[in-house]
Amino acid sequence: MLNKNIYLILIISLVFSVSFWIGFNVNLLPAEASINAPIYDELFKILFIIGLIIFIGMTIAVIYSLFKFRKRNDQIGDGIALEGNLSLEIVWTIIPSIIVLLIGLYSYNIYDRMGGMKELNHNHEMMSSNTEKIWAGISQTSDNEIAINNLSIEVSAMQFAFLFNYPKGNFISGELHVPVDQKVSMKMESKDVIHAFWVPEFRIKQDIIPGQPTILNFTPTKVGKYPIICAELCGPYHGGMRASIIVEEESDYNEWFNKNKKPEVNL
Amino acid sequence: MTISIDPQKTNNESLQPKGWLRYFSFSLDHKVIGIQYLVCGFLFYLIGGTLASAIRIELASPMSDFMPRDVYNQVLTLHGTIMIFLWIVPVVNGAFGNYLIPFYVGARDMAFPRLNAVAFWLIPPSGLMLVASYFVEGAAQAGWTAYPPLSITTPQSGQIIWIMSVLLLGGSSIFGGINFIATIIKLRRPGLKLMRLPMYCWAMLGTSLLVVLSTPVLAGTLILLSFDIIANTGFFNPVLGGNVVVYQHLFWFYSHPAVYIMVLPAFGLVSEILPVHARKPLFGYTTMVFSIMGIVVLGLVVWAHHMFTSGTPPWMRLFFTIATAFIAVPTGIKFFNWVATLWGGKISINSAMLFSCGFIINFVFGGITGVALAQVPFDIHVHDTYFVVAHFHYIVYGGTVFIIFSSIYHWFPKVTGKMLNEKLGILHFAITFIGFNLCFAPQHWLGLNGMPRRVAEYDPQFQFVNQISSLGALLMAISTIPFLINVFLSVRNGKDAGDNPWNALTPEWLTSSPPPVENWEGEAPLVEEPYGYGKEISERK
Repeated sequence: MLNKNIYLILIISLVFSVSFWIGFNVNLLPAEASINAPIYDELFKILFIIGLIIFIGMTIAVIYSLFKFRKRNDQIGDGIALEGNLSLEIVWTIIPSIIVLLIGLYSYNIYDRMGGMKELNHNHEMMSSNTEKIWAGISQTSDNEIAINNLSIEVSAMQFAFLFNYPKGNFISGELHVPVDQKVSMKMESKDVIHAFWVPEFRIKQDIIPGQPTILNFTPTKVGKYPIICAELCGPYHGGMRASIIVEEESDYNEWFNKNKKPEVNL
Repeated sequence: MTISIDPQKTNNESLQPKGWLRYFSFSLDHKVIGIQYLVCGFLFYLIGGTLASAIRIELASPMSDFMPRDVYNQVLTLHGTIMIFLWIVPVVNGAFGNYLIPFYVGARDMAFPRLNAVAFWLIPPSGLMLVASYFVEGAAQAGWTAYPPLSITTPQSGQIIWIMSVLLLGGSSIFGGINFIATIIKLRRPGLKLMRLPMYCWAMLGTSLLVVLSTPVLAGTLILLSFDIIANTGFFNPVLGGNVVVYQHLFWFYSHPAVYIMVLPAFGLVSEILPVHARKPLFGYTTMVFSIMGIVVLGLVVWAHHMFTSGTPPWMRLFFTIATAFIAVPTGIKFFNWVATLWGGKISINSAMLFSCGFIINFVFGGITGVALAQVPFDIHVHDTYFVVAHFHYIVYGGTVFIIFSSIYHWFPKVTGKMLNEKLGILHFAITFIGFNLCFAPQHWLGLNGMPRRVAEYDPQFQFVNQISSLGALLMAISTIPFLINVFLSVRNGKDAGDNPWNALTPEWLTSSPPPVENWEGEAPLVEEPYGYGKEISERK
């Protein structure tokens, strides 16, 4: 009996150790390039470790049962007539419930830190004066803070391209240029079908819905060129609907912006 | 209080064709209808699998070079629709439900045999119509979800045929659901209490409730969508003031429960198979029943987790996160109970058992990624990517399809009176298990790193991993060969099975193999302990 318990403790320790080691040493995600990314990766790591513990544990239990309790050739008859064990069933109802609840609370905290719980309404600086409904995206700023320091960009999605309008410069670009470490606030609209704006390195995604503007705010933290991918099936060339986001130093960004800027035409 | 109904002759035997012609007739025998569902479903599985192979051939290279891009979208639409509506739902519900439920409740047939036959005979024409829609000019290409405005703006003839086909299949599903509820509740043999029913009955009762409650919503939604396409109404068309997110709510109100419509019967089937081959009672019968009903209730209130990136408000995201994550609790209970059923048994390692254990391992993996996807911040990054594709294939293929094969190996002797060849069965399992995991495990990484789903072309950095996935798909295709050889050889020349080759206790094994037209020669047996393994025969009720 003592031996059995020692083996059990050893196996459980091993499962935990292996899961933690894999969780902390195996990176399955792309580079982190926005404020959101490390927060997201923290959640990913926790879920990955818990998932590994459960998966490895259950797999060992199934394979062990198949080997240990397999019917030998000379055996006849049945196994033990065990129909249930109330205390055991209560344990494996309550423990998963607690784990699920804790994961839910933790993920709520992560989501809040990512700005997902901010109510976005219609006082976005790019909004027209009519009371248009803005659908929630992700925002790291509250409505009151919004857009004062943000770089505001209007995104138009259509089959099969993204267009980026810089209202302050009065020009449209096919590439999204943003300065590093500055909040970017995007109002997104679709001209035809549903599209989605996804930058894997930023860990952000938001559908772009015809007839319903959506908002997406982010802060890039790493200079570089990253893909913008449409993630919602939008037609035959869906796979080709991509653009680039170029995160650059402020001086480089200003140079690019000034080169493209057009004077406003007052009619 | 249960009402017992005197067994009535549901078949006028003199008018029924004999032999294999029965399967091409409007037979009212639940066993014939069950086999009709199974064989018809399997033929569609082969078609859907061929389409899946075409998808994986296309994705073996980063460029769209195997078929035109619009054809690729048509193929993935048809693949998804066939596999869900013509393979998994009809087989795991219709085939096994029809064959087994009357045995389990001690009835001669289903409550409404004619409705039962109508439910099946809606499937072949609907399926043929769906496949034919591919050949009309402009087949459906908006995915199996048919999201507007894409489904409104793509070529209309194929999309309309697609809607018609899915409506008919939905009707078939509802007929079946009504029939199962009536049969389980009203047709039980006198003396057979609800809490003595085999677990598959509970699974089918829960599934049928989901079918009856949610399928009409899909039907209504698709009818409104067809109005938008044909009559230029504006329910979902934003140009005319429609709301595309409302469509998503309505669609997922059915289509998330549809996942449980696909997996709950599998949970029931595995609960029948494991005790027999482990020679142990099903562990925790009562908690198993409550967990099924818990899944049914929770399954109806989690649909918006498919819409976390669709502009849903924060409170809604939070509610659906918690509701979805809590489905893991009743599901987890079932898995712990199955492992406890194995523990301390005398396990026969045969094809049925291996497929069932493969199901447990695959489904746990898929379930874990499901709990992760339930978390809004996690889902936002991987929604609509290959991570999701991998997750649901782990659930519906690694889960349900593995159990369909397990069930075929388990009940084949009862249906045909012949045993399947075990060596070929184990070979089938090995190739399927390796191929399946090789195909879908790498797709998690693809999704995390930036490969969206439903694309014919992708970033070249993903080519190697996609090729591994395609190799897995090739193995899955090859795995069908030993299975088909096994079935064809065993039907003709298999070893005689006898009435009860597994020495099982559930009622279907207490009659001849194959069973007579009305299931038992005399009165239906009263089996109060379908899982009474390990007890002396005198102790069993």
